[in-house]
Amino acid sequence: MSAGPATPAVALRGLRKSFGAVEAVAGVDLEIADGEFFAMLGPSGSGKTTVLRMIAGFEPPTAGTVLLSGRDVTRLAPFERDVNTVFQDYALFPHLTVRQNVEYGLRVRKVGRAERRARADEALRDVRLDGLGDRRPAALSGGQRQRVALARALVVRPKVLLLDEPLGALDLKLREQMQVELKALQREVGITFVFVTHDQEEALTMSDRVAVFTEGRIAQVGTPAEVYERPATPFVAGFVGTSNLLSGDAARVVLGRDGTFSVRPEKIRLDGPAASAEETAAAGRIAEVVYAGATTRFVVDLDAGARLVVMQQNLTTSSADVAALRGTPVRLAWRTEHAVAVPDPVVPTPRDKESAHAYR
Amino acid sequence: MATPTLDRSAGAAPAEDPARGPVRRLSAWLHRHAGVRLAALLAAPLFWLVVAYLGALAVLFVSALWTVNGFTGEVVRQPTLTNFRTIATDEVYRTVALRSVGTAAAVTVLDALVALPMAFYMAKVARPRYRRWLVVAILTPLWASYLVKAYAWRVLLANGGPVDWLLGGPGSGPGYGLTATVLVLAYLWLPYMILPIYAGLERLPDSLLEASADLGARAGRTFRKVVLPVIVPSVIAGSIFTFSLSLGDYITVQIVGGKTQLIGNLVYANIGAANNLPFAAALATIPVLIMVGYLVAVRRSGALEEL
Repeated sequence: MSAGPATPAVALRGLRKSFGAVEAVAGVDLEIADGEFFAMLGPSGSGKTTVLRMIAGFEPPTAGTVLLSGRDVTRLAPFERDVNTVFQDYALFPHLTVRQNVEYGLRVRKVGRAERRARADEALRDVRLDGLGDRRPAALSGGQRQRVALARALVVRPKVLLLDEPLGALDLKLREQMQVELKALQREVGITFVFVTHDQEEALTMSDRVAVFTEGRIAQVGTPAEVYERPATPFVAGFVGTSNLLSGDAARVVLGRDGTFSVRPEKIRLDGPAASAEETAAAGRIAEVVYAGATTRFVVDLDAGARLVVMQQNLTTSSADVAALRGTPVRLAWRTEHAVAVPDPVVPTPRDKESAHAYR
Repeated sequence: MATPTLDRSAGAAPAEDPARGPVRRLSAWLHRHAGVRLAALLAAPLFWLVVAYLGALAVLFVSALWTVNGFTGEVVRQPTLTNFRTIATDEVYRTVALRSVGTAAAVTVLDALVALPMAFYMAKVARPRYRRWLVVAILTPLWASYLVKAYAWRVLLANGGPVDWLLGGPGSGPGYGLTATVLVLAYLWLPYMILPIYAGLERLPDSLLEASADLGARAGRTFRKVVLPVIVPSVIAGSIFTFSLSLGDYITVQIVGGKTQLIGNLVYANIGAANNLPFAAALATIPVLIMVGYLVAVRRSGALEEL
C-alpha cells in the first residue's frame, strides 16, 4: 500500500449506525495508528462492538466513512477488506480440523498446498498449538479454540486485526495469561490490534491507547495512564477504576474549589503523619471495610458530606483487624494534584448517585 | 412411618395429618415407588407400540409368506417364499421397484434444490420477527387435504390446462405421467424438507458466515464450504421424509400418473382388484427394506439426531 507513515491504519469519520429507532453508534471520529494496540472499552450497549463490526464490514454504517490505510472502504464487503476478526464465540468451522480452519483464508487466496501447509503450521506454532492441527475444534478447550481463532486470522497477515471480546469466555487465570501472550504476539507480528472489551483492567493492562465508549459515543481517547489519571468525564472516572468524586459542597469544603473532582482510591492515605503542605486533608468516619487479600478497601464518609473509597495495601493489616475499624473516625490525606478536575456532566450528578458510583 | 412427633392438635397422629387427602397420599406413595411410576407412565404408549405398530409389521411379514388359492380366492396359510420368488424373478416387479426408487430419489433431489434457498432465506436473511410467520406459511399447506392438493394439480396439468397454457399451448406441458407424479410429490413433501434444513440453518451461528467472509470468501464459496457441510445432516433428515413418503405413495400416481405404476399402486391393486393380500404384503416389504437400508446408510452422517 502506498500510504505514508503518517496515514492511520484505521480512521473513522462521523460514523453512525441506527437499528430501527435505536442509535447504536451516534457519531464516532477516531484514528488508530499503524502498529498500535488499541482498546475500545465500554459497558454493553455502548456501541463499541458495532463500531468494530463496521470496521470489519459486517454492518453498513448509516452515515460516515471508514478508512483503512487512507482508503475509503465504507461500501466494501468484508472479503474485500484487509482486516481480519477474532470473534467472541471464535466462530471456528466445526466440520474442519484445526489446520483446515487455519488454512481456510489461504485456500481462498489460492496459496499453493505446500506453502499453505507451512504457513498454517507456523501460525499454529506462534500460538503454541503445534501438534493439534488434526483435531476438530470440538476437541479443544476454550483457551485453545481462542488461539486457533487467532492463528486463523493472523495467518493471512492482515493490516489490522479486530478482536471482539476475545478473552470474555475464558476463566480468570487463563485470561490473565492470554493478556500477556496477546500483547507479546502483537509486538512480534507488528499488526495493528483493535480490541473490544468491557473489562477496564484488561483495557488498561494491554493497550497502547484506550477509547472509552458510552451511549454510542467516545467519551475519551488516551493512553491508559491518561484515561485513568485524568478522566475526562464523570462517566470515565466511574467506568475506568473506582470513581471517587467530590463535587458541590464537599468540593468547596475539602478542596476550596467549585466543580467535580476525582481522587483515585490508591492515592489516598489513611491516618499516618499530618498532612504536609502539598497535601489535602479531610476528616471522616469509616463506613465499611472490605478485606480483599492483597488490599483493603475502606469506604469513608467525609464530614463534608461526600463518600470516598480508600485502598490500602495490606502491608501490616490482616483480616482479623479490619472489621473492628468500622465506625472509627479517620483522617484522609492525598497530594493535592491527585484531585483531578472532571468536566461537569450536562446534568449535575445528584449526591446519592455519586455515592453509588463510589461503591463500585 | 415413625416420624418425630411435633405436638400439633390433640389426637392427630403425625402420619395422618388431616390436611393430607387420598390424592396426596397416592402421590406420596408413587413418589416412593419409582417402578410403579414408570409403569403407569409407559403402559399405554408401550401397549400401542407393541400391539398396533410392531404387531402390524409382524402381520405384514408373516402374511407375505402366505399365498392365495387361485381357484377359490382363499388365503392359504402355508409359509412359502413363492411371492418373493415372483417379485425377484418377474421383470415387471423389478422395473416397478426401480422406477419407484428413482421417483423417490428425483422427488428428494428436487425438494432439496428448492428447499435450500428457501430455508436459507427464512433462517438467515428474513428478519427474526417474520421468521415465525414464514414457518407458519410453510406449514399451512399441510393443513389442507392431500386429495384436494393432488386434484388441484390434476386440473393444473390437464391437457390444455393452465400449465400447458403457460408453456405455450395444449400438449406442451408434461401432461399426466411420471414427470407429473414427481412434480406433484415434490410439491406435497416440500415442507418436510424445508423444516429440518431451516432448523439446521437456524442453529448455524451467523458468526461462521461472517468469519468465512472475513477470511476472504465470497458468498458462493461460503455456501459450498461452510453452510453445506454443516447442514448435510439436516438435508439427509429431510430426505428421509421425502424419500419414504414418495416410496409409499399410491394416490398421487393414480391421480396424475396416467398409466405409471409404482410400488404403492401395485400394492393397492393387489389388495383391491386382484384380491391377493399376501402378494400385496410381499410387495409392501420392498419399500420397508429399502428404507431400512437407507436409514442404516445415513446413520453415520448424524442425520438421525436431526429428526
